[in-house]
Amino acid sequence: MNGAALTISQVRYANKAFWRNPASAFFTFAFPLMFLVIFTALLGHGTVRISATKVVNTSTYYVAAMASFAVISACYTNIAISVSFQRDTGVLKRMNGTPLPSSIFLGARMVHALFVAIVLVVITAAFGRVLYSAAIPTGVTLLRFLVMLVVGAASFCALGFAIASVIPNADASPAIVNASILPLLFLSGIFIPLGSDAPAWIVWIARIFPVRHFAEGMQAGFLGTPFHWTDVLVVAAWGLGGLLFAVRFFSWEPRS
Amino acid sequence: MAQPAQERGAAIEVRGLTKSYGAVHAVRGVDLTVERGQIFALLGPNGAGKTTTVEILEGYRSRDGGTVKVLGYDPARQRQRLKRQIGIVLQSSGIDRYLTVAETIAMYAGFYPQPRPVDEVIGLVGLEAKRDARVLKLSGGQQRRLDVAIALVGNPDLLFLDEPTTGFDPSARHEAWEVIRNLAALGKTVLLTTHYMDEAQYLADRVAVISNGLIVAEGSPATIGNRERARARIRYRLTHGAVPPADLTAPPGPDGLTELVPDDLTTALHRLTGWALEQHVDLTGLEVIRPSLEDVYLELTDSPPGPASTALTSTAPASTGPARRKGRRRS
Repeated sequence: MNGAALTISQVRYANKAFWRNPASAFFTFAFPLMFLVIFTALLGHGTVRISATKVVNTSTYYVAAMASFAVISACYTNIAISVSFQRDTGVLKRMNGTPLPSSIFLGARMVHALFVAIVLVVITAAFGRVLYSAAIPTGVTLLRFLVMLVVGAASFCALGFAIASVIPNADASPAIVNASILPLLFLSGIFIPLGSDAPAWIVWIARIFPVRHFAEGMQAGFLGTPFHWTDVLVVAAWGLGGLLFAVRFFSWEPRS
Repeated sequence: MAQPAQERGAAIEVRGLTKSYGAVHAVRGVDLTVERGQIFALLGPNGAGKTTTVEILEGYRSRDGGTVKVLGYDPARQRQRLKRQIGIVLQSSGIDRYLTVAETIAMYAGFYPQPRPVDEVIGLVGLEAKRDARVLKLSGGQQRRLDVAIALVGNPDLLFLDEPTTGFDPSARHEAWEVIRNLAALGKTVLLTTHYMDEAQYLADRVAVISNGLIVAEGSPATIGNRERARARIRYRLTHGAVPPADLTAPPGPDGLTELVPDDLTTALHRLTGWALEQHVDLTGLEVIRPSLEDVYLELTDSPPGPASTALTSTAPASTGPARRKGRRRS
């Protein structure tokens, strides 16, 4: 088999294994929708001021925010936790003893996470459309949205491999992964919109880390806000950094 | 160069292999030759350096010194090419639990240039009945057979089996042994590590004993450690009051058995049984005992109390002390 065929075949096996673990598949899909319903129910009757001139319904805001959250959990959280689990149980070590190139094994994991992310975004968007009359991107907006989605998904996968490289063992992995991403999700306005009076330090954190930039790129598709290529670049830079870190420090064997 | 290097010579050639982890010298100069088609058992207690040695041969670990050739390749520098021709059963390694047996084997088959047919491999390890069962439904013994199946599906020339039956119940062990014997029939070279004597005895053509990072003996299971030349013992039980020739008797042991180690076994046995027939004496439980592989092994691996073992015993009470104190404080 050549590289492409081998990658596709690996993606298919990853996909089979993913869907046959009902608990994991269910929660990957249920969480963003559950949060969407909860946040809209709690806060959905107001409006969010996105810029000096732009005000949107909270429910529409949350459709974009939860789509971003869905991508981050499918790529970053899922990859980091499942990779550290597979490393501890020896699946990775066994793979590493076969002629399968590491790049294909890890690349297939990324492609599969991207596939799950796209399905999740489509479901979230359709859910938002039906329940909250959210706008759906079309035309050029859709293309730019897809660029952000793919770049974002790939970058968060790379960051997932990077954090997996420093997670000591599978028991610690959910805690470390959540501790690294949950504060950022709050500080980047995913769960609670950052109003115009957000403290400067929060705004700065949101500017430095990739979550806010990714969410703004996604919002541009759903909310019609301006699309900035700098957002794509910042996310891609984080992704590249994560990839280089993972290439240097990734371990195929249990770390402790 | 008509023939590639790996077509000639021994399957494994190791000279002066060394490996340390910090201050611990795990492997201290191992020499090893495994001929093609052999089942070679590397025997040794836990921590003797078995797994380190094998993982260097498999390419998982780098070595500190020495030369290593596996199928003509240097595992440290030609690992990618070597991987296509070897199969590895690690001491413990996971399999994706949600794929079926057949799917798992087919997936691994896809990694190799000339794999064996999936169903043939399933037959070789006797998992036909579990072909479409998911991995998480398999018993420990069945998972181990799947490990072997995965290692076999690439049609390797050389198989590494690292403690393939540790933790098995007796019947699962015998099943696994049959599978390994089948591999030999396919002409594979097998390097097996184990700490079970009966396993080495049953499976191996050749045995090496490793202790404290060194090979301390090597030979066939029958001759290792001069086992064939070691003197045998005669044991028997005397009916009360019978008195055998003076040089053929000894005070009975606590189990009531008389035991002696004659210089010439054949003569001694002939005289003893001849006397018994003449006198109409019954020698109950008469047996001739050769030192078992286990006796040889225990003798070879029983290292004299060196600095390492003294350190271990002397630190043990010291380290439980603080732990106990800590426990008391917590409660």
